[in-house]
Amino acid sequence: ERSNLAGVRHILLVFSGKGGVGKSTISTELALSLRHSGKKVGILDVDLCGPSIPRMFRVQDNDVHQCDSGWVPVFVDQDKSISLMSIGFLLEKPDDAVVWRGPKKNALIKQFVTDVAWGDLDFLIVDTPPGTSDEHISTVEALRPYKPLGAILVTTPQAVSVGDVRRELTFCKKMGLRVLGIVENMSGFVCPHCSECTNIFSKGGGEELAKHAGVPFLGCVPLDPQLSQSLEEGRDFIQEFPRSSAFPALAHITQQILDGTSQRSS
Amino acid sequence: QVALLDIDICGPSIPKMMGLEGEQVHQSGSGWSPVYVEENLGVMSVGFLLSSPDDAVIWRGPKKNGLIKQFLRDVDWGEIDYLIVDTPPGTSDEHLSIVQYLGATHIDGAVIITTPQEVSLQDVRKEINFCHKVKLPIIGVVENMSGFICPKCKNESQIFPPTTGGAEKMCQNLNVSLLGKVPLDPQIGKSCDKGQSFLSEAPDSPATLSYRNIIQRIQEYCDQHHFQEEKII
Repeated sequence: ERSNLAGVRHILLVFSGKGGVGKSTISTELALSLRHSGKKVGILDVDLCGPSIPRMFRVQDNDVHQCDSGWVPVFVDQDKSISLMSIGFLLEKPDDAVVWRGPKKNALIKQFVTDVAWGDLDFLIVDTPPGTSDEHISTVEALRPYKPLGAILVTTPQAVSVGDVRRELTFCKKMGLRVLGIVENMSGFVCPHCSECTNIFSKGGGEELAKHAGVPFLGCVPLDPQLSQSLEEGRDFIQEFPRSSAFPALAHITQQILDGTSQRSS
Repeated sequence: QVALLDIDICGPSIPKMMGLEGEQVHQSGSGWSPVYVEENLGVMSVGFLLSSPDDAVIWRGPKKNGLIKQFLRDVDWGEIDYLIVDTPPGTSDEHLSIVQYLGATHIDGAVIITTPQEVSLQDVRKEINFCHKVKLPIIGVVENMSGFICPKCKNESQIFPPTTGGAEKMCQNLNVSLLGKVPLDPQIGKSCDKGQSFLSEAPDSPATLSYRNIIQRIQEYCDQHHFQEEKII
């Protein structure tokens, strides 16, 4: 019997360690970028307490259906180029809190990994909650047989964020998960009125950490109100705002991922 | 006399923010000693139990719960006026456990932090529901990262736009107090990274004013509440 992940070419995990640094944002933008490069992408949202992905694609009111091989993922458009799975689709009311201890979370994560009928995908992006606990251990263990490509780690520039991401690096090492690189998010803000750049959350911490840890640095993504607005409204930032300040950085990150996969195949 | 307990086991940020990185916890006959910033401010965090900044705490729920219990039972806080508990994001083991273990004593309530965007508010509504579920009173909500004033041209930008009305609208809808809004100030992150008090470093910042107002409202809530408790007794 063919596993539900047999048609998925590359599995990519997005980690942080710190909350609020933009993992879901990066996962979403990466998916949109990859779609624009002609790829078929799935996003598996394993943040059970704070599932952000459905709203970022404006499909938060969708339901999930079952088929013979398991759950049918939610497609974000008619082209079926991006599909999603999240606990957000399973909640009766959007404000319902998922107040579960570890064992119950682990059970659902295992199901999410094996029982979603993804079909054929170029990339499956796995968006995680902050931390190095149940969700992370269970997800990596459940995905192990499918040989994930690796992990992208997101941080903001400040030391307080970098401090947690250092621990996440250790987690990846201990779990035998390759680190594809570090993204320094919210790196600088260019005032739309006068173009002055202010480093609201400092600068450079992510790049320094990458150097110190010997992992690739994928780039700095600046704070961009157009990006924040796009995510709020579930719009396609990559399509609609190619001249926006965050676009070049996001495009560059995607290109490095694509270059990495073509190297791996050859 | 204040105690700050950091129960974010995977991502303990408090030691760094308090300028206590590298400090260790000492044991005595009466239990674990908190690490003191000042005579009247003691701190406990798993951060003090780790030997290297790269050490990861890769524990499942039950082990995390065990440490939280130890923090509450074995730390010799002494007589304190306020015990502040900093939690990780979510509504899971740590949150359930702290409420459960402190159940026998009296918890004044929870302060819930959000940014203005819907992406944050949608999680905060769940956190508010969690508080209702476990019968934890809500002191109020703080809207953080609420606007940024450019230091050069002084124009305000909404970096995290309140597309659905921000914390203000949510608080109205859910009948919860909005304690205040804190604007973005690059000095906040810098002070935290250096382990210094932002309130002392930038006494004239609009963010400092916001923080102080919020803290005053929290103290007023606790004082009122205490007074009512005593009346009942």
